[in-house]
Amino acid sequence: MSHHPIISPLRHTLITGDKTYHQITEDICAPSEKVPSTAWVIAFILSVTVLGFGVFCILWTIWMGIGTWNLNRTIGWGWDITNFVWWIGIGHAGTLISAILLLFRQKWRTGVNRAAEAMTIFAVMCAGLFPLIHMGRLWLGFFIFPYPNTRGPLWVNFNSPLLWDVFAISTYFTVSLLFWYTGLVPDLATLRDRSTGLRRKIYSFVAFGWTGSAKHWQRFESLSLILAGIATPLVLSVHTIVSFDFATSVIPGWHTTIFPPYFVAGAIFSGFAMVLTLMIITRKVLKLEDYITLQHIESMNKVIVLTATMVGVAYLTELFISWYSQYPYEQFAFYNRATGIYFWSYVGMMGCNVLVPQIFWVEKYRRNITLTFFMSIFINIGMWFERFVIIVTTLARDYLPSSWSYYVPTWVEIGIYIGTFGLFFTLYLLFTRVAPVVAIAEVKSILKTSGSQYTGLTKRKAIDYNEAAKEADHAHAHDDHGHH
Amino acid sequence: MEGHKDVLYGLYDDEDVLMDAITKAQKDHLDIHDVFTPFPVHGLDEVMGLSESRLHIAGFVYGALGTLTAFLFMSWVFTRDWPIIFGGKPYWSVPAFIPITFELTVLFSCVGMVVTYYTVCGMGPGADNPTLDDRITDDKFCIAFNVSNSSKDEIESLRGFLTKSGAEETNIKTI
Repeated sequence: MSHHPIISPLRHTLITGDKTYHQITEDICAPSEKVPSTAWVIAFILSVTVLGFGVFCILWTIWMGIGTWNLNRTIGWGWDITNFVWWIGIGHAGTLISAILLLFRQKWRTGVNRAAEAMTIFAVMCAGLFPLIHMGRLWLGFFIFPYPNTRGPLWVNFNSPLLWDVFAISTYFTVSLLFWYTGLVPDLATLRDRSTGLRRKIYSFVAFGWTGSAKHWQRFESLSLILAGIATPLVLSVHTIVSFDFATSVIPGWHTTIFPPYFVAGAIFSGFAMVLTLMIITRKVLKLEDYITLQHIESMNKVIVLTATMVGVAYLTELFISWYSQYPYEQFAFYNRATGIYFWSYVGMMGCNVLVPQIFWVEKYRRNITLTFFMSIFINIGMWFERFVIIVTTLARDYLPSSWSYYVPTWVEIGIYIGTFGLFFTLYLLFTRVAPVVAIAEVKSILKTSGSQYTGLTKRKAIDYNEAAKEADHAHAHDDHGHH
Repeated sequence: MEGHKDVLYGLYDDEDVLMDAITKAQKDHLDIHDVFTPFPVHGLDEVMGLSESRLHIAGFVYGALGTLTAFLFMSWVFTRDWPIIFGGKPYWSVPAFIPITFELTVLFSCVGMVVTYYTVCGMGPGADNPTLDDRITDDKFCIAFNVSNSSKDEIESLRGFLTKSGAEETNIKTI
């Protein structure tokens, strides 16, 4: 075994600043070991205030009844389900980063997976609120579970996509939480071993008695791999099942087999945008630029441009198929989306999701942080519009022109939506205070392959990758020649 | 937990040095008690000769249990306990059972594996497993020998091995 690290200019640099293992620990633990900054305190107060307003609006809904929303007989799903699908989609990027990229052995995952998984959990919590409130009588929410009851027992309808959704979302939440926490335990042990007094007692409790034994690491790796293996089809199934809520109905524009892949692509798309929004702020505020590098941002922008194009193809396929079907109701549904009363949401969707992200084909733009930040916001607006288009535009014009309707949300509906941002950011801000935002152990494990001192970035300031590849090819050809 | 034991351990600065030291220890037929690292070191289990983890088998069994639970339960409800016709489909409408069957397979497998993992590792909320050095979760790699029943000479020879193989520090701790 060689003690000399292999320096390869071909590898991407994922950790800059020539870190040592100890420096990695110091850098990543620092935010949770300091007194919170003024910016954090202001952000936290703001988030809790917004959350408070959201809670008020939820209580208002429950107290006064669902009539406080502007839903009507024609438009039975409005902002509530739009927000539900939007939040659950955002959650998907966390699982994609931690599970699918683990299976593909993508090393850049290690810089962002922890925060992305946390984002998943918080986003699913925000999402789950909406179907619950939407029930109206929240206290009867347990009716959705098949528990033995005195009414027969009368079981739930296992053939209903809405029930599939209950199982999908609750499984997804449980699995994400376990996956995230299992990965967090070794890092909580790091915080434990650096602290004293009460702080040490608390971290000892939550670190589950982690010792770092070789056998435990082996089981840890085995567990992570299998969890990633089952979380991958799970995340695909969750948004597939969400799309079944629409696709199994008989509403023109919903009743399409393209929905599952189209929803999954859209979910990954919006999720990566939200990860970017969060990471760009997090890396700056917590001074983690050496761990969440431009390379990470560029990789995520590549996923963005891919998924943007996928949803673009899906939108166009829908249009084509509705024309090709020669089915007037289907044709009308799409004509109405693009030119009807809600045409502006269709424009927002096409513009933000399909057209604007195409700039990321250009490397210069993929590596522009300010631009990426604004793009990530655009994309999330666009994806919200997509769900609004699918749900509200479609319902507003049903089979009977006499029941056609229009819908604008009340302050209560808007308040609940804004409130979920409060919930999301409150939880995220708390998370950045109590746990390492970057997976310490995982980043250490890639230091010797992706640290700047091992990729040659430090020695040769600007690396010309093409040049390096040519050199490597040349050396290789030379070797082959030597053999003959 | 079995009684206290005395552990002689050496702290290394680099995982490659650690791996070499373990290989040497294996060659010298030294009985390593355990190895502790701050992150999963690739190939460490092979060098130490650890047998493969059987968690994946447990995961499969739990998953299969989930599949059966979901599928058989829904089948029983809709064919025996309370048959209802939905949309003119047969009582036993298998395709409609697939989503929930899949979700419960994943749920059982995941929860079962995680619980099993913590149980076999002796970990859990509030578990207080003794650690040798606080820097093991930071940047030190550790080889530990159990010297509870060793003579002074044996301890010194092990200490010599640790130092010679590159350990920066050696210590004895009762855990």
